[in-house]
Amino acid sequence: MALKKDAVGKEWPGTTYQVGREKIREYASALGIDNPVHFDVEAARAAGFRDVVAPPMFAVVYSSPAVGPAILDPEVELNFAAMVHGGQAFEWDEPACSGDEITTSAKCLSIEEKDGKGFYVFETNSVNQNGAQVARGTWTLIVRGV
Amino acid sequence: MAELKVGDQVPELRVTPDKYLPHRYAGASGDFNPIHIDDDFAKAVGLPRNILHGLYSMGLVAKANAALGDGDPRALKRLSVQMRGMGVPEQEIVVTGTVKSADGNRVVVDTVAAQGETALIKNAEAELEL
Repeated sequence: MALKKDAVGKEWPGTTYQVGREKIREYASALGIDNPVHFDVEAARAAGFRDVVAPPMFAVVYSSPAVGPAILDPEVELNFAAMVHGGQAFEWDEPACSGDEITTSAKCLSIEEKDGKGFYVFETNSVNQNGAQVARGTWTLIVRGV
Repeated sequence: MAELKVGDQVPELRVTPDKYLPHRYAGASGDFNPIHIDDDFAKAVGLPRNILHGLYSMGLVAKANAALGDGDPRALKRLSVQMRGMGVPEQEIVVTGTVKSADGNRVVVDTVAAQGETALIKNAEAELEL
């Protein structure tokens, strides 16, 4: 069965995420990251940040809500039950700090079939309240048995 | 930190996620997929037990690389990974990395995260500005 590729190029509207201190602390704690700039406002300011700053991979927290609607869009026809997260990339620019409002949009970059598997690649683009680029993500989702 | 050169190693990171780590990471990340937090569900869908979030393992790779910049969250500019083997709680994860190119203050590091013989994260390429 040929893989449906109609959704390639489709974009989904942005989701907005409000970055907060406790969420940053919770994320850093789960990863065992102990740099005070992720916990303490004064330490963050002394290091040149507006407020408590998120570790780079906090990008999944503010950008993944934009990926959900893309994956579940009927036009994409992605078999969620047989999906694994096969690859992930991020590029970072402006750090994400507590108080930021980050808006993330999603786009389907490609849908390809290889060795009986479907490779669905989505891109997310996250900008803060000042319009500054925060992170760009590339999400590769692999579906078995297409 | 002295200037890095090709072949230099990232300080090795060893972490043993405890039984409840997937639950804490689920809360922190918002990813409550039951394969990560429900052992019975995971077994029912053919997994050996509840498994770690791939993005948790990627987070450890980011943490290991950030150590090259003394943990400064601005150091990591790009990280690209493939998630392959399944990670499980209560087994040690070892993250290792080697500098594969260095151009002034920009370095590119090859990183692997493994649990025993199982590579959780491979072909990980991190670009840092130090």
